[in-house]
Amino acid sequence: MGQHESNTKLIWQVFGFLSIVTIVEVILGIIKPHGLHFTNFLGTSLLNWIFIILTLVKAAGIMWYFMHMNHERKNFVNSIILPLIILIPYLVTLLLIEGHYIHEVMGSYINWKY
Amino acid sequence: MKATTADQNTNVWEGGATKPLGASYGKMMMWFFILSDALTFAGFLAAYGLTRFKFIDVWPIADEVFTHFPGIHGNYPMYYVALMTFILIFSSVTMVLAVDAGHQMKRKKVILYMFLTIIGGLVFVGSQAWEWKNFIKGEYGAVQLKDGKIIQFVNQEGKQIALADFAEKNNPISEHTRYNGLWNEKGETTSEYTTEGILESFKHNPEVGIRLEKINPETKQKIVILNKAEALKYLEQSARVVEGANLEVNEYGSSQFADFFFFITGFHGFHVTSGIILNIIIFANVLLGTYEKRGHYEMVEKVGLYWHFVDLVWVFVFTFFYLV
Repeated sequence: MGQHESNTKLIWQVFGFLSIVTIVEVILGIIKPHGLHFTNFLGTSLLNWIFIILTLVKAAGIMWYFMHMNHERKNFVNSIILPLIILIPYLVTLLLIEGHYIHEVMGSYINWKY
Repeated sequence: MKATTADQNTNVWEGGATKPLGASYGKMMMWFFILSDALTFAGFLAAYGLTRFKFIDVWPIADEVFTHFPGIHGNYPMYYVALMTFILIFSSVTMVLAVDAGHQMKRKKVILYMFLTIIGGLVFVGSQAWEWKNFIKGEYGAVQLKDGKIIQFVNQEGKQIALADFAEKNNPISEHTRYNGLWNEKGETTSEYTTEGILESFKHNPEVGIRLEKINPETKQKIVILNKAEALKYLEQSARVVEGANLEVNEYGSSQFADFFFFITGFHGFHVTSGIILNIIIFANVLLGTYEKRGHYEMVEKVGLYWHFVDLVWVFVFTFFYLV
């Protein structure tokens, strides 16, 4: 393993960053700004897009600094990251389109008037 | 093609002589395990997404479901789950500090940080259990119609009220326990309310209205019906009283919501629990000086990877169950 220099300072900086991102998410989740909540962009509100992007930023922060992806060889990083970023968006896209379709077909048969 | 020589096989567990990916066998396999587990969780969350899109106009609003905070009464959406997120991120930080101390062979620091990580994990699992308890117990109670729709009750301002706030407890059979009822038989807990009783109380109480599962797209809130005659048309279809949540029915709305909640947070909680057990094993080894003798603390790093992964999954569960 050899001698490593301490990364304590960087670790606390990353922790601070992740905390700030979480606090921003929670504040947005509680106040739900009208201008972001009542919009529609690619199937959902802008607020939801902000949540998803912030989540991906957090995930990247954890993988890169806490799981030490920044110390791994590039081939290794790619062999982990590429399957994830290819397969997951693929599956999610198909399933969400399918869910939306089922809703359109099924929704008209549900009675809300009594 | 050159044959692999025999002496290379002796260090195959360290990744062989060439180490094409520059990582030891154990660490590499931990990463590939994490990759497969990440795809599993992605599959679950994608299935949740499909179901949610399928029921997009009737899905429960998370802010109205998870409103508890220990020690205080009232509506505090998000705060508790935000706290849980912090606890898990913090235990991730102590884990990475333990790995960092391990690189420098500082045994005492590794012991301290591993200990804090285990405590953080236990606190998180405990919080999760508390969250489940509140979810299972429910707060307001509701009525399920014959076709499966959930009807909740509101006051004149449209704020949700509990069954206890207006309905009489008129069910003579409250609970069939081991000691009360048939000898040594334990039945399902029945509600203290009956649908007939709720209907009667509803008719006589001018303050009470109902709320449908359906979301009004203009306001992104559930549709409220305060008109008595209109509301009664719904309530006359009542089939049963629902209090709390289980896998079959829940008072918050779509039964699939509770199913996915139990399954995904349960599966995550199971991962946290196994992570705590792995951490305890590693902690014991650090105390015994196993890694000191081995000359490196790579085991701490490998289990650390798993622990960070558990945190990583929670980040996504948090977003898709509570925020989006």
